[in-house]
Amino acid sequence: MMIKQISVFLENDKGRLAALCRCLADAGVNMSALSIADTPEYGLVRIVCNEADKAKAALDAAGYRARVTKVTAVAVPNRPGGLAELLETLDDADISVEYGYCFSHQDGNAIFALKVTDSAQAAEAVFAIERAGFQILEEGELD
Amino acid sequence: MADEHDGTAATGNAEAADVTYLPHEKLEEMQLEGVRRTLVNCYEHIPFYKRSFDEAGFDPYHLASLDDLTNAPFVTKQDLRDAAPYGMLAVPLSDVREIHMSSGTTGVATLGAYTQHDLDFWADCFARGIRYAGGGANDVVQVAYGYGLFTGGLGAHYGALASGATVIPTSAGNTERQIRILREMGTTILCCTPSYAMHIADTALEMGLDPSRDFHLKAGIHGAEPFSDNFRAELERKLDYKVLDIYGLTETMGPGVACECLEQDGLHLAEDHFFAEIIDPATGKRLPDGEWGELVLTTLDREASPVVRYRTRDITRILPGECPCGCTHKRIDRLHGRTDDMLIIRGVNVFPSQIEDVMKTFDQVSSWYQIEVGTDERSLDVVTLKAEANPDFDFDQTGAIEALQRQISARLKTDLSVGIKVRIVEPKSISRSTGKAKRVIDTRKGIK
Ligand SMILES: [Zn+2]
Repeated sequence: MMIKQISVFLENDKGRLAALCRCLADAGVNMSALSIADTPEYGLVRIVCNEADKAKAALDAAGYRARVTKVTAVAVPNRPGGLAELLETLDDADISVEYGYCFSHQDGNAIFALKVTDSAQAAEAVFAIERAGFQILEEGELD
Repeated sequence: MADEHDGTAATGNAEAADVTYLPHEKLEEMQLEGVRRTLVNCYEHIPFYKRSFDEAGFDPYHLASLDDLTNAPFVTKQDLRDAAPYGMLAVPLSDVREIHMSSGTTGVATLGAYTQHDLDFWADCFARGIRYAGGGANDVVQVAYGYGLFTGGLGAHYGALASGATVIPTSAGNTERQIRILREMGTTILCCTPSYAMHIADTALEMGLDPSRDFHLKAGIHGAEPFSDNFRAELERKLDYKVLDIYGLTETMGPGVACECLEQDGLHLAEDHFFAEIIDPATGKRLPDGEWGELVLTTLDREASPVVRYRTRDITRILPGECPCGCTHKRIDRLHGRTDDMLIIRGVNVFPSQIEDVMKTFDQVSSWYQIEVGTDERSLDVVTLKAEANPDFDFDQTGAIEALQRQISARLKTDLSVGIKVRIVEPKSISRSTGKAKRVIDTRKGIK
């Protein structure tokens, strides 16, 4: 019940992000989400795209440090408090979130991609999320 | 069968065997006599030493102890170059039987000249390497070092002859023929550079040979290039033999200045021909046994090209304690780089190889790294180690990169006594265009 995400380690240097995006574009990869966690020295760029393995191969060939990781993608209802309810659900179940980011689906709904801190709790998180009535998206449901 | 015999009993030269077991006090007496002889020989026959001793106010005629040699000035490779070609000869050219030259990758080559006596003890020193490997009259030694000006080929050749073994002088190159000879002639000891030994091993495996069955090797004596413990293990596995290191340099003789024994724990110095000191390369002060520094050599009975306190620029240490093999000659550790690479950071000497040793203990980083040395606003040295993460390091975890940086930094602090900031960088940040990466970038003022 998870989708593939590409994580790329980038140094904070002029033009690095542009070069990364150009590399993926040249490989014919279409991104549906991109988030950046940055520090003064480097950034972690997380990307959801249509063909994760192809993206990874293109990045490896271009000399990037890239990893394919898995995150849980949850559809968030398009109304005030939608995301708050999702996070409260996880909090109530004592599941902490390592990181997450929102992006919009083409049907107009928001999607929250999240990674739980303790990977052993991933299944438990899915159970709690679905029991609370949220829809979890599978690989392929994003395009 | 050439590979079935008792190594230690089969020593070719009983007298030479004895000297490696002399009580150390006896060796020190010989060394004091030898150093005194060399000081006078140099002072009276080589204008460079006359000038250098006089300038330093050093009296070559009354050396009371080996400790007092610290008052003598050093001689450097540049001094030898400046005196090229014959300015450092202590005998008339008519007494010189052979001349070798160091591979002059940086400018003028330096020269090593040998009288018959010099050639004889060189052979004896290399022969010890063969004896330490358990070799002697019943062995077949294949010399695949290049023959010529380079001291490796003929040094091994003379050494093998002196050991009583049978020599096959293949010289380097023509690997398939080397392999055919290894196989058909029953070679038991292979002498060549470690990289060439690996090439021979890989070629033999590609040819579908099984070295443990097809070859009869018991040892390889591989010098002239530094190699790691992993490299040694791989070579030993591939060729099913023992790999022994040998040290030497043209400026003092050639291979055989120190030879590793089967304990594989340091190289026994030929203390009856050389007096070794370890100094702090920055201050020139002599260091006690066990401490890393620059190896400085004084010849004891070299006739044609004697040296007094020659700075080898090789980094090693004298291993404390006695070797279980019974040889009483002190051991130097395997080389740990060159002084040219040394950094002085806040007064502490740091060798890039020490940093490499620390990095090797972390699976998360590769062996590519770069050290940047600069100064902060208070003019204090600031050192940053840039390291590349390995592809399987999981940096996606929050804080994983910072934790790794902290761990490596803490380990460097413990091992090197210097605070070094560690930064994980992208693979392409560290230039590797020329094959040999530029390891150190020093932007401090006044440092080239
Ligand atoms: Zn030993």
